[in-house]
Amino acid sequence: MAEEPLPIIDIRNVSKSFQFGDQRIDALSGANLQIRKGEFICLIGASGCGKSTLLRIMAGFEQPTSGEALMWGKPIGEPGPSRGMVFQDYALFPWLTVRNNIAFGPKSQGRSTGEVRDICDRFIEMVGLQKFANAYPHQLSGGMRQRVAIARVLANDAELVLMDEPFGALDAMTRERLQDELLEIWQRTKLTVVFVTHAIEEAIFLADRVVVMTPGPGRIESDNRLILPRPRDVASPEFNEIRRELSAKLHSHHAKKAA
Amino acid sequence: MAEPVFSVKRTSPFLERAKAMGLALIVPGLLLLLWQVATTHRWTRLIPTPSETANYMVDFAIGGIYDDAFSATLHIHLLASMGRVYGGFLLAAAVALPLGMLIGRIPLARQTLDPFFQLMRPIPVTAWLPLSMILFGLGAKSAFALVFLGAFYPILLNTIFGVRNVDPKLFEAASMLGCRGNAQFFRVVLPAALPSIFTGLRLGLGLAWFVIVVGEMTGVPQGLGAVIMDGRTLSRTELVICGMIVIGVVGYLSDRLVMMLGNYLLRWSPTHHG
Repeated sequence: MAEEPLPIIDIRNVSKSFQFGDQRIDALSGANLQIRKGEFICLIGASGCGKSTLLRIMAGFEQPTSGEALMWGKPIGEPGPSRGMVFQDYALFPWLTVRNNIAFGPKSQGRSTGEVRDICDRFIEMVGLQKFANAYPHQLSGGMRQRVAIARVLANDAELVLMDEPFGALDAMTRERLQDELLEIWQRTKLTVVFVTHAIEEAIFLADRVVVMTPGPGRIESDNRLILPRPRDVASPEFNEIRRELSAKLHSHHAKKAA
Repeated sequence: MAEPVFSVKRTSPFLERAKAMGLALIVPGLLLLLWQVATTHRWTRLIPTPSETANYMVDFAIGGIYDDAFSATLHIHLLASMGRVYGGFLLAAAVALPLGMLIGRIPLARQTLDPFFQLMRPIPVTAWLPLSMILFGLGAKSAFALVFLGAFYPILLNTIFGVRNVDPKLFEAASMLGCRGNAQFFRVVLPAALPSIFTGLRLGLGLAWFVIVVGEMTGVPQGLGAVIMDGRTLSRTELVICGMIVIGVVGYLSDRLVMMLGNYLLRWSPTHHG
């Protein structure tokens, strides 16, 4: 065990249930998942499979009902800068410019004005928004807003980037561009990414490991390591093979229910 | 480059503005015309013609035409009223803003204070006039108190609404970026509530101008409300109309000023452009 490095995230038998009146909903049941530093993990599944709940537990927005959620071996407490979240609906601060949205985290950390300026310059450039540094979120397209949201998390030195269907609201072309850009940033910065999606292709295009989840109650169906060289070609036979395989796993609970 | 297939028809900004101005002037113009026709045909003998009123207005403002007790006194009355309106408004804002933030954000404050304010709210400001005269005496203080009350509720209610209705996602975003606890109040709650707060201030100032006339109707020697009241008791309708016009114009300009400030401060907000 000694030579095995500590996982950045260790989810041990985690369950989460919500109480609605006198009804109890099991959002997540007995989940186990270990994530190594630098991995790109996709959580995939139909709605109600608990993928967002699992992500929110890693962020610290929710606490497990039972089981343990650990980061570097310590229980995940409050949300914090080490785990940056990218929301589907951006959640940018509408009253701040692009630059000041990105500066929000570093300022909260008490960085000096000069440092904040340098950090902002670097990440504005990384996501290619130099011309829009002083624009407000409502003046940007969806794709640009999501770039700001990503830059905001990276500017805060997040080790772990949690993304909750970040490209779900974008059109197909913008989505593909952002997928490429995200992979490029991930490879350059050696980040650890946990990415929730319901699109199989997106998961296969991005991930080292695709974690398939099924609903009712939400649980992890399988954990699939993809042996597929990058950059990946969505039209290749290997890609399609994996897609078929994952698709079958994704719909396995339907087969069980129908029977 | 190919020729563009569609050409967009563009009108100059100057024409746009002239058009907007022209449209806005139609209704006041018709009203003025009706006034002129009604008074020249003597449908009523108690109301002066527009030109007579204009004459009185000039005399009221700079004197030199009739030289009576009201000649060249406009600035005295206007300043007296403005002092009460802005003074009462600022005091209302100074009390209602922090109170609204407390009620909106702290459950204990909400449970203690909200029922009381909900109970007091349906009482019209004007109904406070007799009580206010007993408490503060006849005169300026009572007018000031009434303005305060009039401006207080819109500011309070909109502040409560603003600080309560912050998108919960923004709190999550702030906390994962390392801004937690009380720091979120200044960096998330306040800016997010600013549009509502601003709406409250604007409504409050409007109501302050609304209430000032009632407040100045008894026992106040100076003020636009007093002028209107004196005009009524002296049967000088032109004075009444002059007072009304001044309040209308000054109230309008005051609102425009607040709007301009709002458009600047809230330039980030897609829904807040007046």
